[in-house]
Amino acid sequence: MSNMVNLSINGIAVSVKEGLTILEAAEKLHIKIPTLCYHKDLCIAGNCRVCVVEQTGNNKLVASCATPVSEGMEINTNSLKVRNCRKHIIELLLTEHREECTKCYRNGHCELQELSAEFQITNQDFIDLVPDKNYTVDRISPAIEKDDSKCIRCQRCVRTCAEIQSVGAIAVSHKGSEMKISTFFDRSLDEVVCTNCGQCIVHCPTGALTEKSYVEKVWDAIADPDVHVVVQTAPAVRIGLGEELGLGSGTRVTGKMVAALKRLGFDSVLDTDFTADLTIMEEGTELLTRLKRALVDGDTEVALPMATSCSPGWVKYIEHKYPEYLPNLSTCKSPQQMFGALAKTYYAKNIDVEPQNIVSVSIMPCTAKKFEANRPEMKDSGYKDVDYVLTTRELAVMIKQAGIEFEKLNDEHFDSIMGVSTGAGVIFGVTGGVMEAALRTAYEIVTGREVPFDNLEITPVRGLAGVKEASIQITGTKKEWNFLEGVELKCAITNGLQNAHKLMEAIKNGERTYHFIEIMACPGGCLGGGGQPFPVDNEVRLKRMQAIYEEDRNLPIRKSHENPEIVQVYQDFLEEPLSHKSHKLLHTSYVKREQY
Amino acid sequence: MTTTKKQLHRIDLIFKNDEDCKEILRKALSKPNQEIINEMVNSGLKGRGGAGFPTGLKWKLTAESKEKDKYVICNADEGEPGTFKDREILSRVPHKVLSGMAVCAKITGARKGFIYLRGEYKFLVPELKKEIRKFHDILDDLGLDFRVEIFLGSGAYICGEESALFESMEGKRGEPRNKPPFPTECGYLNKPTVINNVETLAHSYTILKFGAQKFRDLGVKDSRGSKVFSVSGDTPIPGIYELELGMTVQDFVDDFGDGDTKAVQVGGASGFLVPRKRFAKTTIGYQGKLTGISLPTGGSMMIFNSSRSMYNVLNNYLDFFEEESCGQCTPCRVGCQQLLKGIRAVKRGEKPTSYLDKLMKLTETMKLTAKCGLGQSVANSFSSIVENFREEMIY
Ligand SMILES: Cc1cc2nc3c(=O)[nH]c(=O)nc-3n(C[C@H](O)[C@H](O)[C@H](O)COP(=O)(O)O)c2cc1C
Ligand code: SF4
Repeated sequence: MSNMVNLSINGIAVSVKEGLTILEAAEKLHIKIPTLCYHKDLCIAGNCRVCVVEQTGNNKLVASCATPVSEGMEINTNSLKVRNCRKHIIELLLTEHREECTKCYRNGHCELQELSAEFQITNQDFIDLVPDKNYTVDRISPAIEKDDSKCIRCQRCVRTCAEIQSVGAIAVSHKGSEMKISTFFDRSLDEVVCTNCGQCIVHCPTGALTEKSYVEKVWDAIADPDVHVVVQTAPAVRIGLGEELGLGSGTRVTGKMVAALKRLGFDSVLDTDFTADLTIMEEGTELLTRLKRALVDGDTEVALPMATSCSPGWVKYIEHKYPEYLPNLSTCKSPQQMFGALAKTYYAKNIDVEPQNIVSVSIMPCTAKKFEANRPEMKDSGYKDVDYVLTTRELAVMIKQAGIEFEKLNDEHFDSIMGVSTGAGVIFGVTGGVMEAALRTAYEIVTGREVPFDNLEITPVRGLAGVKEASIQITGTKKEWNFLEGVELKCAITNGLQNAHKLMEAIKNGERTYHFIEIMACPGGCLGGGGQPFPVDNEVRLKRMQAIYEEDRNLPIRKSHENPEIVQVYQDFLEEPLSHKSHKLLHTSYVKREQY
Repeated sequence: MTTTKKQLHRIDLIFKNDEDCKEILRKALSKPNQEIINEMVNSGLKGRGGAGFPTGLKWKLTAESKEKDKYVICNADEGEPGTFKDREILSRVPHKVLSGMAVCAKITGARKGFIYLRGEYKFLVPELKKEIRKFHDILDDLGLDFRVEIFLGSGAYICGEESALFESMEGKRGEPRNKPPFPTECGYLNKPTVINNVETLAHSYTILKFGAQKFRDLGVKDSRGSKVFSVSGDTPIPGIYELELGMTVQDFVDDFGDGDTKAVQVGGASGFLVPRKRFAKTTIGYQGKLTGISLPTGGSMMIFNSSRSMYNVLNNYLDFFEEESCGQCTPCRVGCQQLLKGIRAVKRGEKPTSYLDKLMKLTETMKLTAKCGLGQSVANSFSSIVENFREEMIY
C-alpha cells in the first residue's frame, strides 16, 4: 500500500497516491492543465514550462508535470499570474515558429496551434525571430521530413528516438538561441542511423516532423486513364483509420475503408493481409528448414534464432546496429513488398494488364514502409514493386478531400484475387501477431493438429509488454517432422526498438537462446506505427489491439495455410514455399550500414 | 578640502596559509558527526557559489540519507565573467578546500569526491593532482576512506549550475534538471550529493579550525563571515579582496571607486545593478533583497563610472545570457532573445519606449517560470538597469 497525499487544487481537496505529479492529481479532478513537452509515453522533461501552476508559499511557479505532490500543498492552476505567464510562454514559442498554419501539414492537428487558439493569442507584439534564424528544412529522406522552423524544442522526438527506440538519430545540439534538434553532423535523416519508424512524428506536437507525402502522386495516378491503380491495405490501417475520421479509438472500419478506396477511384482494392498469409507460408517453411538443418543435419552454420523481417524499421535498425546478425533475419520480404512483387506479375497477368501500366499503392500504418518501397533491391517484378506508400493519415486526407462521409458508407468487400485473407493475416498488425500466425500454421503442419490453445488464441504472445517470451512443446509430430518430436520451441517477441535492443543484447551475451523471435519497431506493433493517427498512448494502443483481435475472431478462416487464395497462388504461380520463383519474388537480402 | 576615506576592513582568513593542515584535519575528524554539523550550522555559513543555501543544513540533509553511495563535489566551474576567486583559492590554498571536502565526506559517509574544474583552468591540473596525492596520503594516515578526483568541465557556463553539472559529469548534455528532487537526495548518478562552491569549502575549513564563533563574529545577521570579491571595472585597484559581509555599497564605493562611480553591479551578470542613489541603503549580504537572490553570488563587483553607457552594459549581459542559456526551456531561451532584440529595437526607435514595460513584464515571467537560476535571474539585471537608467535605454 502506498501512502496517500492530501492536497488542494483550485480549492478542491483531493487525496492521491504519493509520487504522482501535480498534473496527474489535477487530471483526477478533471482539471486540464495545458502541456506541450509532456507525453505519457516519455520521461518528464519539464522544459516548455506551459504547465506551470501557482503553489501557495512558493514565490516561483512550478512545472506541474515535473513536481510531485506533497502533503498540504495548495495549488492554483488558473490564477492571473499563471494565465499571464502561460500566455507569455505561448507567445514566445510563436516568435520562434514559422507561422504558416494554413500551409502546414499539421494544420488542425497541431498542439501549438490548439494552445494559441485556447489562449487567444491574437496580437503578437514580440519580435518575430524567424527571419534571423536560418532554419534548415530536410526533405531528402523518402519517409520523413524535418522542418526546424516548426520546432518548439520540446525534445519529445529526442526522447522518443532515444528512450522508446534506442536509436538516437536525433539529439539536441548547440545552446542558447541556437539550440536545436540535430542529427549527426547535421546530415539528412536519410544519411544517419534513423530507422524511418516515424515514432518521432507521432510524438511531435507540431509540424516539425512529418511524413513525406505522396498524396498528390496518387491522385495523379488515379486520374491517369492509361494506368491501372492497385491499392493494398495493411492490417493495422483498418483499426486506425476511423480515429482520423471522427470515430473512436479502436473502431473497426474494414468494410468502410474498402468502400472509400473504391470511391476514391482505385481500380483494384486488395489486401496486404493476403500477403501476410503468404509470409507465414514462406517464413514458416524457412523456419522449419533452418530447424531441420540445425537439428538433423547438424549444420552449425545455420543462423538461429530466426528473426522476423516484416518491420522495415527493425530491418534498418539491425542493419545499423547488429549487422553481425543479418544472417538471422528471415529472407522473406515484408507483406507489402511481397504484394508489390506479385501485383506486377501474378496479378497483372490475371487481370491481363501490362505490368508497366500498373501503379501499385499501399496504405500503411508506417513511415518506414516508404523507405522500404524505395530500397533499390525492391524491383524483382522488373519494375518498382510498390510505387507509392501512403500512411493511414494520408488516406484519411484523401477521403476528406474527396468529400466522402466516411461514417455513412456501407461496408464493401475487397476485390479478388489477392483480396482474401485470414485472421492470421490481420493479427500481423499487433505485437505478437506474426508469431501467433506462424505458430498456428507451423504447429499444424508439423503435428497435423491445431495449436493447443483455446479458440486458437495463443495468449502468452499477446499484450503490450515490451518483451514477451513463450515456448511450445512439440509432440505427436508427423513422420516427416519427427526430428522435432519433443523439441521445446522457444520464442520471444518485442515491440519498440528499445526492447529489440534489450533482446539482442541478451542474445549476444548468451543470456537467452531462442529459435524464433518476432520484432516490431513500433510500440504495440504496427497498430502503434509511425503512420497512424495522433495522439497515441497506451490506452489508445490497447483499444486498437482489442479491435485487431476482434477482427481475427470474426473472420471465417483464421489460419494462413487455409486461405483459398494462398492455396491458389501456389497452385497457379509459385508452386511451393521457397520455390525458385518464390525466392526470386518474395525473398530479399540485407546490407550492413553505418553506426551513426 | 579632503575627506578621509574609510578603509574597509580587509580579512585574511581564506588565503592565509598554514602548515598545520594535517593536525586541524585530525582534530576535526575525531569529533562526532553531530558536533561537526552543529559547528557548521552555528557558523551561519551560506553557500558562496549560488543561492546562498546554508551549508550546515546541506551537509546535515545529506548525512541523514540512508543511501550507501554518496558524493561530495567541489564546484570549481567559475563561469561568471570577471571572477577568478575560485581559481586563486584552488591554486593558493588547495588543502583547505580538500580538507573541507574530507570533513564533509566523513559526516555524510561519502567515499568519493570530485573537483569539477572549469575547462579553462586545465593548467591547474598538474599542481592540483600533486596536492591531491599528498592529501590522499594524509587521509590514509588519518584512516579516512575518501578519494578525490578532478573532472574537467566542458566550457559551458550553464554547467556550473549544480544539476547541469551532474548531467555533464554523467556524460550527458549539460542541461539543468527538474527540482525537486534536490542534490542532497538525488545528485550525481542520482545519489545523495553535497555540492559546494570552492570558497564555501575553504570557509568550512576556517570554521573547523577556529570554531563557529570566530566566523559568526564577522558580518551581520543572516550574512555571516567574510567573502572573496572580484573587483573590476572603473576602479584604481581591481583585484581580489576578502571583505566582511554586511558593508553598504557606499562603503564599498568609497574604498574602491574612482570618485565618479554611478553604479555598481553586485553579483555579476545575474546580480543587481545598484545606482548611486541607493548606495547608502544597500547592504551587501544575503538577506538584503539585493544579493539575496543574485545568482551566482560569485562575488563579482563591477564598478561603473559616469562615462559608461548602461545600455551597453545591459546589452552585454543579455548577449551573454542569450548565448549561455542551455536553451531547453522556453522562457529563458526565447525570453533572452526577445530582451536582447527588444532593447535594440527600442534604441533604434523601431519599438515605442513603452515596449520596455512589456519587456519588464516578460522578465517577471522568466523569473517565475524558468527552469533554473540562469533564466530566473536575468530579470535582476534587466529590471534594475531599465528602472534606474531608462533614458539611457532610449536615447
Ligand atoms: C547558471 C548558473 C551557473 C552557476 N555557476 C556556478 C559556478 O560556476 N560555481 C559555483 O560554485 N556555483 C555555480 N552555480 C550555483 C550552483 O548551482 C550551486 O548552487 C552551488 O554550486 C552550490 O554551492 P554553494 O552552496 O557552496 O554555493 C551556478 C548556478 C547557476 C544557475
Ligand atoms: S532557465 Fe535557461 S539555462 Fe536554465 S534550464 Fe531554462 S533554458 Fe536552460
